[in-house]
Amino acid sequence: MNMIMISLLVAGNGSFQMSTITIPVMIVGGLGLIFGLVLAFASKVFHVEVDPRVEQIISILPGANCGACGMPGCGGYADAIVHNNADIDKCAPGGASTMAHIASIMGKEAIASQKKIAVYHCSSGGYNNTNWKYNYEGIESCKSAVNIADGPNSCRWGCMGFNDCLRACPFDAITVDEFGMRCVDKALCTGCGACVKACPRGIIILVPENRNVMVRCSSKDKGADARVLCGSGHSCIGCGLCVKKCPTQAITVSSSLARIDYLRCINCGQCATVCPTKAIEDQLSGKRKKALIIPDGCIGCTICAKNCPVKAITGEVKQVHVINQEICIGCGLCAEKCPKKTIKMV
Amino acid sequence: MGYLGKLFFMAMTAVFINNYVLSRFLGLCPYLGVSKKLDSAFGMGMAVIFVMTMASAFTYLIQTLFLIPYGLQYLQTIAFILTIAALVQFVEMVIQKNAPALYKSLGVYLPLITTNCAVLGVAILNTKATWADGAHYNFLDAVLNGFLSGIGFTLVLLLMAGIRERLEYADLPKSMKGMPIGLILAGCMALAFYGFMGFKI
Repeated sequence: MNMIMISLLVAGNGSFQMSTITIPVMIVGGLGLIFGLVLAFASKVFHVEVDPRVEQIISILPGANCGACGMPGCGGYADAIVHNNADIDKCAPGGASTMAHIASIMGKEAIASQKKIAVYHCSSGGYNNTNWKYNYEGIESCKSAVNIADGPNSCRWGCMGFNDCLRACPFDAITVDEFGMRCVDKALCTGCGACVKACPRGIIILVPENRNVMVRCSSKDKGADARVLCGSGHSCIGCGLCVKKCPTQAITVSSSLARIDYLRCINCGQCATVCPTKAIEDQLSGKRKKALIIPDGCIGCTICAKNCPVKAITGEVKQVHVINQEICIGCGLCAEKCPKKTIKMV
Repeated sequence: MGYLGKLFFMAMTAVFINNYVLSRFLGLCPYLGVSKKLDSAFGMGMAVIFVMTMASAFTYLIQTLFLIPYGLQYLQTIAFILTIAALVQFVEMVIQKNAPALYKSLGVYLPLITTNCAVLGVAILNTKATWADGAHYNFLDAVLNGFLSGIGFTLVLLLMAGIRERLEYADLPKSMKGMPIGLILAGCMALAFYGFMGFKI
């Protein structure tokens, strides 16, 4: 109100030209000043402690509020990352550098820097490994075929082989081999997830590039049914043998289907050795090396023995340790943890 | 026409006939940007209703207390933007402190509409709008008009989000996916709303 009084005075005493400029300046400036003071005051009075990480992430995000992440603006996304454990790779405008920044704030470095590639979780869908329910002669598209009696593949979880994923791939990383099966070129795949979205069955899952053991089945049918319906014979029957064998508790079975938690998996391939239907594929099978301690460098710190999932390493403290080659599964955990780098995989 | 009749007239006008998005083409940014998912569209709609109502009230006061007495109507735009921006910031702070649950559902949308043209549009059109007998809106009329305009905006936003959620599964040519089909859709909806223009109340 003081402002108005002053501007009135000016209007009364000053010349006409003066007041036509002063009054508006006074009023708008006064409004701005009042609002500014109120806001400054309010920010103190109504101050709320927020997780500092949210603020940090907001300052890193591009601030375009484009909504590409599926959240309502950058603030919403930052909040979702911190509180709802949202994926940190959703910001398209920010790209890889933004993701790396967020990763460092959230301490998710290891996961973020790891490239993922698409992996088919089905071993059916080719020319000679599929039980066809009927002969589909419609539009050459999985999305179309899936609408007719749950698709032509007898297994209602399995691949139908109409290559929607191949057409969706922007990098030509998916090809069809001589058996009619789709293969992912690990070098070309960028893990963009276009094929994952295109597949109406959801059998494609993005898996960290350095994981070599996966369940090649998505059937949630009961074991006996899955065995009959699958044309490849490599269906998961949910027996749970792999769960018992896994040294890191990375496998869970639900709805008659085993799933590997790729963050926990150590690539040891033990699950593949016990799988009765060979539904678990071990790409390193036969190529796996065994760990060997070079006696000269060993200081007997026992770290390797503590980390061995199968208790293949024995030895007293401050004595040279020995690895039992019969028991060793070649997971490489000991070599990774050895402070003297004296364990070799041979 | 009694007051209820006038109210009905105002509601029909604000929600259907002069819908802010589809007839006045204001607020197209949130209309296309936040209409991908139904629940975020709903949150946005609620935030718009809230801000439009508040903004109508405050800008009406600014207009009658400051601008008109000093003949400063030409400063309307800048004064209103100032008022709305400050108001939304203030309200955001208050609900963040006192109503965390409300802030969770509304808060993230509030900064997005601080300087939205639909909100400013309501404020400015409130000062220009007249009843059939030539009388200007009074304070209550302005607030009600802001509220109803917000309802109209929310209605259209929800319709759009509902259609776009289904459109995700449509087999569209690659070049039409996303924004292009969204704009065509907006055009079709505007045509449909154009039908309300002929209403005589």
